[in-house]
Amino acid sequence: MRAKTVDRIATSVIIGVAVLIMAVLAALLGFLLVRGVRHIDFHFLTSFPQAIKTGGGIGPQLFNSLFLLVLTMIITIPLGLGAGIYMSEYAKQNRLTDFIRLVVEVLSSFPSIVVGLFGLLVIVNTFNLGYSLLSGALALTVFNLPMMVRLTEQSLRAVPREQKEAGLALGMSKWKTITSVMLPVALPSIVTGSILAAGRVFGEAAALLFTAGMSSPRLDFTDWNPLHPTSPLNPLRPAETLAVHIWKINSEGLAPDAPEIAAGASAVLVIMVLLFNLGARWFGRVLYRKLTASK
Amino acid sequence: MNLPATDIRTAPAEKAPKRQRHIAEEFRGKFYVYFCVLLMIVIIFSIVYFIASRGLAPFIANGVSVKEMLFGLKWNPEGDPAAFGALPFLFGSFATSLLAAVIAAPLGFCASVFMTEIMPKFGKTLLQPAIELLAGIPSVVYGFVGLSVIVPFLRDTFPGQGIGILAGALVLSVMILPTITTIATDALRSLPSGLKEGSYALGATRWQTISRIILPTTLPSLLTGVVLGIARAFGEALAVQMVIGNAPHIPHSLFESATTLTSIITLEMGNTTSGSLHNNALWSLALILLLMTFVFVFVVRVLERRVKR
Amino acid sequence: MGKGKPVEMKKSFVMLLTLVFALALAACGNNSSNGSDNASSASPSASESSSASPSDSAGGEKLSGNVLAVGSTALQPLAQAVADKFMAEDQYKGISVQVQPGGSGTGLSQVSDGQANIGNSDIFAEEKLDADKAKELVDHKVAVVAMAAVANKAVGVDNLTKQQLVDIFTGKITNWKDVGGADQKIVIVNRPASSGTRATFEKYALGTKTEDLQGSIQEDSSGTVKKLVKETPGAIGYLALSYLDDSITALKYDGVEPTADNVKTNKYPVWAYEHMYTKGEPTPEVKAFLDYILSDAVQSGVVVEQGFVPVSEMQVERDAAGNVTNK
Repeated sequence: MRAKTVDRIATSVIIGVAVLIMAVLAALLGFLLVRGVRHIDFHFLTSFPQAIKTGGGIGPQLFNSLFLLVLTMIITIPLGLGAGIYMSEYAKQNRLTDFIRLVVEVLSSFPSIVVGLFGLLVIVNTFNLGYSLLSGALALTVFNLPMMVRLTEQSLRAVPREQKEAGLALGMSKWKTITSVMLPVALPSIVTGSILAAGRVFGEAAALLFTAGMSSPRLDFTDWNPLHPTSPLNPLRPAETLAVHIWKINSEGLAPDAPEIAAGASAVLVIMVLLFNLGARWFGRVLYRKLTASK
Repeated sequence: MNLPATDIRTAPAEKAPKRQRHIAEEFRGKFYVYFCVLLMIVIIFSIVYFIASRGLAPFIANGVSVKEMLFGLKWNPEGDPAAFGALPFLFGSFATSLLAAVIAAPLGFCASVFMTEIMPKFGKTLLQPAIELLAGIPSVVYGFVGLSVIVPFLRDTFPGQGIGILAGALVLSVMILPTITTIATDALRSLPSGLKEGSYALGATRWQTISRIILPTTLPSLLTGVVLGIARAFGEALAVQMVIGNAPHIPHSLFESATTLTSIITLEMGNTTSGSLHNNALWSLALILLLMTFVFVFVVRVLERRVKR
Repeated sequence: MGKGKPVEMKKSFVMLLTLVFALALAACGNNSSNGSDNASSASPSASESSSASPSDSAGGEKLSGNVLAVGSTALQPLAQAVADKFMAEDQYKGISVQVQPGGSGTGLSQVSDGQANIGNSDIFAEEKLDADKAKELVDHKVAVVAMAAVANKAVGVDNLTKQQLVDIFTGKITNWKDVGGADQKIVIVNRPASSGTRATFEKYALGTKTEDLQGSIQEDSSGTVKKLVKETPGAIGYLALSYLDDSITALKYDGVEPTADNVKTNKYPVWAYEHMYTKGEPTPEVKAFLDYILSDAVQSGVVVEQGFVPVSEMQVERDAAGNVTNK
């Protein structure tokens, strides 16, 4: 009887904790969305920020966040796939492989501020890329690369052995088997994972303070030549992302409506992360269905 | 990077014997993957090298003693005499991240037990996405919420100014909850079901099974999650800096302004000129952060080895 | 698996890589043109910037090029606002001015190392850099920023003497009732020891360096300082005049109100210059920008709007050592 009472108490404590966590999340989202959503409208999402007047928007910041994401992915995906393929297909069971695995692990657990400082010292100053989107993307690559590597490795390992052997038996080279048989099969989980990883890029701020900078030039959204300094597509211009913008207006905001803008921008950021989460799941499912149907 | 070039060169070789093409293909592929791996190794070594080259300068060029840095209580790099005691920062970092783990670990364990043992369906459809979402919320947003909600709440409830170690730890605990929960859930799910069924068959209640069978067997994995959570909390910068107060002293209570390694770096890095002793001392702090990462990874490895056994 | 798929994959793979490669190339190309700025030679021929100005073909000696100003977070909003106005002017269409915050220290080191054309700073370069490095920099004082001690509204004090301020910031006075206010413990909201704002406040308001007290709060950003002073009972801090409003009490200093007029005559002494440093004499396009900032239209316009005091209206001058002379 006593054991049963204890069991009942423990169960209710555990359920209570689960409810508590849901409540915290609900309160958090509620707080952010309720305070923020009413400031979000088309004007807010598209107009330029104002330094000392009300009515500023977050247009360039939103664009910068997305563009930085694309840049980071362009750099990370090929490199991450390559290293991931090595880890799952070419690496032998030896000390070197252990060492590389350690490298991936350490790289993924570096504090973002350390990576940011490294970016400032090496990418911004030594390579003289300055505070720019490219510097930011390279710094973010440092975080994203190990995630991508792990993801690729796990996804490739999950590919049924028969498919790999079938490819080899057809007389394909190993490389050809990997790229044309195994990668397509592993693709859904790689895509899902990398979209989730992209969410992290979207919210990163500490590393970008030191690399991508804290302000944007007055962007000219009619000029799409990537070589012009005020063109939105120029990868060598400084760029303030949405997360950095929130940090900046929270700390230095002079505009009278700074708290509202911060709340609105936070809500936008959270909504974007939500979209990434849902999008990743949806996309992964669609890809999976397509692939299993084609089998 | 060389792939496109080689690709074009080998394109006319379409009619060459199959085997030769295979070898070229294989060579290109291997070259590429080796290049990627090499790049990763280069990145990590350059990070360590560059940070160490700045971070060791105060010890080598300026004669600051390592002992002072690690155990000194006074931080005043521009004072006369300059003092480089980083113990308050170390204390702050450890106190916030350990306290955050103490808060988050029981919550995370309960959540994962809930998801695996009590209501798997509800857990999978609602709680798990919720926790993953927590992981996705950017740290600046956590800082913003901490400063607007947690700090005023603590200020009204407890003596003191609201800011301090507890405020930092509360913010961090929400941030590391997903890490701890996800790893714990994975560990519980991968437990052989025979173990549990055996326990139930012997007439044990669910709690007895959980506390005597499940938790002890999965303990190393659970600890791995906790250590990874601590590592994340240790390196977190902006959210903590917004709520901790940043006084370079060891606080007398949980509600008194304190500081961490990361917050002192973000606070002072921009105000010091590169190459100055003060600036280099901040790089030393970054080096300590870097070394701590290695320590955390090492601990995780030891724990993982115990899981395998 | 259809046969088309792998080929497509490979193609896109190659395209990705080519793109990365192209980006890297673009990086190098642009980089070298930035590099010429560093060598303190003008880069009016930087191709990307001259081509950015198709409309100004009529003008005879149009300037073009990139100007990068890095540094002080306090000066950034002003510099950014002026830069926006500057680039909108017809005759400067070819010049692109970028303003980056990052702290006075960063600004001074970047201009000294040649990575930035202008280093924004809250304090004299001599106070941060080595003497020989500081000597290479040319000072352009573009505005004056004044700071006021501020307190939570509920403390019941609106004036502090210099001695009282010193006693508060050195921890000798810990309760507002000792300076004639409510019975409320004093909470100090300070700036980090390296901050230019703190250096100014200590030098001209306190006249002494202070140590960080146990339990004091340190924030680098004015917004956070303001928020904490507003919300924390018994809090005292200091802010630039542009951040003052009704939610906090701006304290008089020895009975003098912190206003622009009192700053101009040095009656209210807690102020500092905002500096824009260049390495050596400025290049033509940098000079155009600096002249623009110092023009009357900007000084009495944006500068005043943003809560700074125009440098042209100052009736006194002060050097790095703090000696004040009448103009």
